Amino acid sequence: MKNIRNFCIIAHIDHGKSTLADRLLQHTKTISDRDLKAQVLDDMDLERERGITIKSKAIQMEYHTQGETYFLNLIDTPGHVDFSYEVSRSIAACEGALLIVDASQGIQAQTISNLYLAIENDLEIIPILNKMDLPSAMPEEVKDQIVDLIGCKREDIIPASGKTGMGIEEILQAIIHRVSSPQGDESAPLQALIFDSVFNPFRGVIAYYRVLNGVIRKGDKVKFMATNSTYDADEVGVLKLELSPRNEIKAGDVGYIVSGIKSAREVKVGDTITHVSRPCSDAIKGFEEVKPMVFAGIYPVDTEDFEELRNSMEKLQLNDASLTWEPEASAALGFGFRCGFLGMLHMEIIQERLEREFKMTVITTVPNVSYIAFTKKGETLIVNNPSELPDSTKLEYVEEPFIKAQIITKSEFLGGVMTLCIQKRGILKGQHYLTQDRVELTFEMPLAEIVFDFYDKLKTISKGYASFDYHPLEYRQSDLVKLDILLNAEQVDALSALIHRNNAYEFGKKMCEKLKELIPRQQFEIPIQAAIGAKIIARETIKALRKDVTAKCYGGDISRKRKLLEKQKEGKKRMRQVGSVEIPQQAFLAVLKLD
Amino acid sequence: MSALYLHIPFCRRACYYCDFHFSTSQQTRQDVLRAMLQELIMRSHEITSPIQSIYLGGGTPSLLEYNELMMIFDQIFLLQNVLQDAEITIEVNPDDLNRDKLKQVRNSPVNRFSIGVQSFHDDDLKYMHRIHSARDAEYAIKGAQDNGFDNISVDLIYGIPTLTHEGWINNIQKLISFDVPHISAYALTVEQHTPLFHLIKRKKLNAPLDASIIRQFNNIAQILPSAGYEHYEISNFAKTGFRSRHNSSYWQGKAYVGIGPSAHSFDGKNTRRWNVSNNIRYIKGLQGESEWFETEYLSKENKLLEWVMTSLRCAEGIRRESADKFGPGQFDKFINNATQMSSHWFNADADVLRLTPSGMLMCDYITLQLLN
Ligand SMILES: Nc1nc2c(ncn2[C@@H]2O[C@H](COP(=O)(O)OP(=O)(O)OP(=O)(O)O)[C@@H](O)[C@H]2O)c(=O)[nH]1
Ligand code: SF4
Ligand SMILES: [Mg+2]
Repeated sequence: MKNIRNFCIIAHIDHGKSTLADRLLQHTKTISDRDLKAQVLDDMDLERERGITIKSKAIQMEYHTQGETYFLNLIDTPGHVDFSYEVSRSIAACEGALLIVDASQGIQAQTISNLYLAIENDLEIIPILNKMDLPSAMPEEVKDQIVDLIGCKREDIIPASGKTGMGIEEILQAIIHRVSSPQGDESAPLQALIFDSVFNPFRGVIAYYRVLNGVIRKGDKVKFMATNSTYDADEVGVLKLELSPRNEIKAGDVGYIVSGIKSAREVKVGDTITHVSRPCSDAIKGFEEVKPMVFAGIYPVDTEDFEELRNSMEKLQLNDASLTWEPEASAALGFGFRCGFLGMLHMEIIQERLEREFKMTVITTVPNVSYIAFTKKGETLIVNNPSELPDSTKLEYVEEPFIKAQIITKSEFLGGVMTLCIQKRGILKGQHYLTQDRVELTFEMPLAEIVFDFYDKLKTISKGYASFDYHPLEYRQSDLVKLDILLNAEQVDALSALIHRNNAYEFGKKMCEKLKELIPRQQFEIPIQAAIGAKIIARETIKALRKDVTAKCYGGDISRKRKLLEKQKEGKKRMRQVGSVEIPQQAFLAVLKLD
Repeated sequence: MSALYLHIPFCRRACYYCDFHFSTSQQTRQDVLRAMLQELIMRSHEITSPIQSIYLGGGTPSLLEYNELMMIFDQIFLLQNVLQDAEITIEVNPDDLNRDKLKQVRNSPVNRFSIGVQSFHDDDLKYMHRIHSARDAEYAIKGAQDNGFDNISVDLIYGIPTLTHEGWINNIQKLISFDVPHISAYALTVEQHTPLFHLIKRKKLNAPLDASIIRQFNNIAQILPSAGYEHYEISNFAKTGFRSRHNSSYWQGKAYVGIGPSAHSFDGKNTRRWNVSNNIRYIKGLQGESEWFETEYLSKENKLLEWVMTSLRCAEGIRRESADKFGPGQFDKFINNATQMSSHWFNADADVLRLTPSGMLMCDYITLQLLN
């Protein structure tokens, strides 16, 4: 055990965690140069395409130094806010953390929140000043920031570069000398914390765990304490680039178990594994349940594909337990599902995976947060879909979720950022200068105002020099109204939104304008109206289509014209007929594109 | 019977709206022509005898010198059997049709002119960056007629932002008074990758307006038929006996062989192919150095779509007996879908589905709706 080290890599998004991991893997020859590609741990297609980490990845390295062999379990974590729960889980399996800070960007919002997570869990922090190769690196200034933040010694900070390999040996030495080896009792009853699970279509669910006490052996009968189910440990092993079977995994180490589990829902991340024959007395304190932040309807474009969509959603959930859904019906769209997501990126990813992995073309409706409605009769209702909001005559009041937002920006953008937050109904709670020209702002804001386009706007206003992090607060009463959209005088429930009364007019007007832009002209004129109750507050008209013809000379090139029509036909397949109007898929997300 | 198309990929200058393949540099001219003669030999077996129409298009075939023109015809007549009364057309730009050119053409097998007039107003010609003037256009038509060419087609373009309502009516009347027996009228279309597209995007030129295009199409669709022209295809009008036989083969799904860079061919059944739209690659290709054409095999669905798309454009429309060749009940399905659409778009008939002029303006939309 004294030669084991468990550590994770944490940082703000894009500060170079996965790239630095590449260098560590290369240096320790965990990966041959032949297998090495950039951000090798980001192995999902979506991760590679978007260049971001979505899921934490654990991998074991062997490091030989001063005549000893060390086993280093590394966990690379994602930086995006939507997936911050992944970080807290990884931290629970470690004794140390590499806190990476981009030398050209300095401390950012997730640097701070991830650092606090690590400190709360008593992890040894090794600060790393990364991307030193960049001409725009400001090592001295960023070192000041780091010293201020964690109160470490200046010389504890390791300058490094995931690009050039600078500092890698020093980082490995620091891990061995500064991170403590795991504590634990091999002879005690088995007690292992599940910190992650992945779904493999051939082998079922594979759970990753950290053994705190005892030993888990191949063939053992084990029990998952929270779900109270028992399994045979068909295979146990350590995580190399591939799964690497072992006969036993001992206290202090990180490993995996394959036990014929079919569904991801059977495995609760945060659960404790123990032996059936000699169970441990207490379960390890698990994780807080991951709560969805954003809800939206997902409907098949073709109503006949409902069952197929259900199948696909079930399969998706096998490897993404954070996705929640339940069937719902919409007057406009028929049968579909109300899904809960961790954030907008998560929603985008789910939609993309449905299209890519399951060939399902779906309509995603206007996303919203979860509200609580209090009726005059004294009932309390959870409203995850605007159309479920009780009639205003029956409604006493509505509460919406608030969050605490932390924003770090340069002082020159302070004004712009403040204006944006106040526009978004934010209440300023604190303002704190980190250095002379970097300031941290704390706001309390409705979650609904930040889930959609807040971060994009923040980035624009601050020319990229603002970072943002948030944590849920309680629900608070708000003056919300339900805004309906009518197309050709018919209400389209999938386009309804709950919105603060003060913003309703502006919002309604923009919705109508955007829909006019997104809905193609049709045979007849289509009025678009926004209404609160019976009151119309905005209106636009899509004129009737009077011309759709190729009236140019195209000679014998019939193919090109046919292909144009075929493309139009494909586009039509992505449209949904609601009443008499054909609505393209992307119009249902119009609300996200308002500016 | 076959239709033969030859693409002459050279122009003196680039019209802003044009997305045909052409080059304003004449450097490769000799080599391209030589390669075309070569292609004629290589593909002579694809041409089913006899040839019923030959069409020299481009580009600007009227750029060709007499000997270049004759070189092509000699090769064709050497290899192929051409019908006595075959329709042999050459596209000409008005500025090329001087006395010498007319005399030369008279001494060639050509018996039909397609003159790229586009407009009789200099403002419009300038907007489109055409090389000729309005006066050139009138002289060209007169000159051709004086030299005994009666079988003339003239191209007009409408929807040009500089073209007024009066100007457009005037263009149409002028052709009627010249007694030009065939007229093609195209809507100015802004295609990507054309200078026009960029000039409009950079706000250097105004964009054509749908409202003008609709109005001007309706004008010509009303005026020409009352002057004795048949509106036999969306963009084409002809006096009796003067329909273009060559272009009709495109719309009727007949076989045609296209020679030269970017030229398209169809075997009349299920194979389309087209040559590279690049002079150098075409020349190299014919020297056996690289691929120089692409082939496409049509599925049943492709063929149905093409057939509906082209048939709807023509006065003959979609006929029950032809439709049902694609499957029993096909025509009834079309009728059923047509009844879901505006009745102003169709000329009602139990066994034929034909478009009215307002239907023609919606032709692409209707094509897809019918196939729904
Ligand atoms: N110049 C330079 N670029 C780097 C360095 N490390 C990473 N990058 C670049 O920074 C970008 C982000 O790198 P990643 O390793 O994916 O960052 P990450 O922190 O894992 O990102 P997330 O997992 O999405 O939070 C990539 O374009 C890398 O090529 C470095 O040391 N120097
Ligand atoms: S002359 Fe004809 S082919 Fe040449 S650029 Fe003009 S329109 Fe295009
Ligand atoms: Mg990463």
